Amino acid sequence: MTLIGQALEYVAGMTSDILKVTIARGAGAGAATTPETFEVPAYENQTVLDVVSWVQQNADPTLSYRFACRVGMCGSCAMMVNGVPRWTCRTHISKVLDGSSVEIAPLRNLPVIKDLVVDMDPFFDKWVAAEGVHHSALTRHDPIAPIDEDSAARVEANAGIECINCSVCYAACDTVAGNADYLGPAALQRAWTLLNDAKDEGRAAILEAVSDKGGCHNCHSIGSCTAYCPNELDPMSAIAGLKRETAKSFFRKAR
Amino acid sequence: MRPVARAHPLWVAYIVHRLSGVALALFLPLHFWVLAMAVSAPQKLDGFLQLTEAGIVKLAEFGLVFLLAVHMFGGLRLMAMEWLPWTPGQKTLAASAAAVSFLIACLFFIRAI
Repeated sequence: MTLIGQALEYVAGMTSDILKVTIARGAGAGAATTPETFEVPAYENQTVLDVVSWVQQNADPTLSYRFACRVGMCGSCAMMVNGVPRWTCRTHISKVLDGSSVEIAPLRNLPVIKDLVVDMDPFFDKWVAAEGVHHSALTRHDPIAPIDEDSAARVEANAGIECINCSVCYAACDTVAGNADYLGPAALQRAWTLLNDAKDEGRAAILEAVSDKGGCHNCHSIGSCTAYCPNELDPMSAIAGLKRETAKSFFRKAR
Repeated sequence: MRPVARAHPLWVAYIVHRLSGVALALFLPLHFWVLAMAVSAPQKLDGFLQLTEAGIVKLAEFGLVFLLAVHMFGGLRLMAMEWLPWTPGQKTLAASAAAVSFLIACLFFIRAI
């Protein structure tokens, strides 16, 4: 390579390295998945999502994947990267490379629509099934309820509100993998947040929903949700909170 | 494609607890069968107990005590984690205190024997 060529590459922030990127391809819904390897030029600053985008824009325009915000807010770009569920827009490729290769697959525990795109419906349906919806007792004519930011319940509620619904915890969870009815970490964490929210009036409905067949007591506290949550939330502890509250309410009823 | 990666400390704690539980469950019927010999066939039991002098059986006993200890502490860990609404820091402190006490107790035990 000439000196000018080297200089040009340096300016472009590009090295001559080539990444071996293996992507799980599949037509979805029962079709077989086949790994396909692409050679992608390595750049100095490159996320996993950048790599997938490069493949779609330069190597194979039929590659399907999802993303929207690219800054870790929308929760749509999660994929399995070397067997670990990750938000790909905020994961630098250099952090996950195995030598110069990486394997990218659709999120686990959800039906694949095509290539890297999964059907998120089961994930969001369970969110609702866990009563992860607002239960209001007030109308717009009532005064706004005062909230004590320092109360123990509010601190618990605040711990879970940064969830972006990316489904990384759901894909990481071995209990979901073994039990299709299990509501999963994200939905249960939402239920725990609402249970601790002074503005929410759904206590009885939430406790009923989360102690049902697919509820919080299915959790084995394996902790993959907490270990892999990209926003460093702690769904495992939230579910433990639900276990305590449902047990307390059960014994109170029995008396 | 490669399998799901799981090797984080919480998962290791989970799998050690479960596998030790399965191993102990397999051991228990054997244990009761040997104990039952005390009533049904005392001579056979004496013969069997002589086996316990063998090195390999001593090693197996070590394994058994290890399984029991690992399973007990795994269970205590799980109960503390799920039933005590402590902060992670408090739990780490409690676990360290238990570990240090256990180490000191072990040191005294080793000196004693």
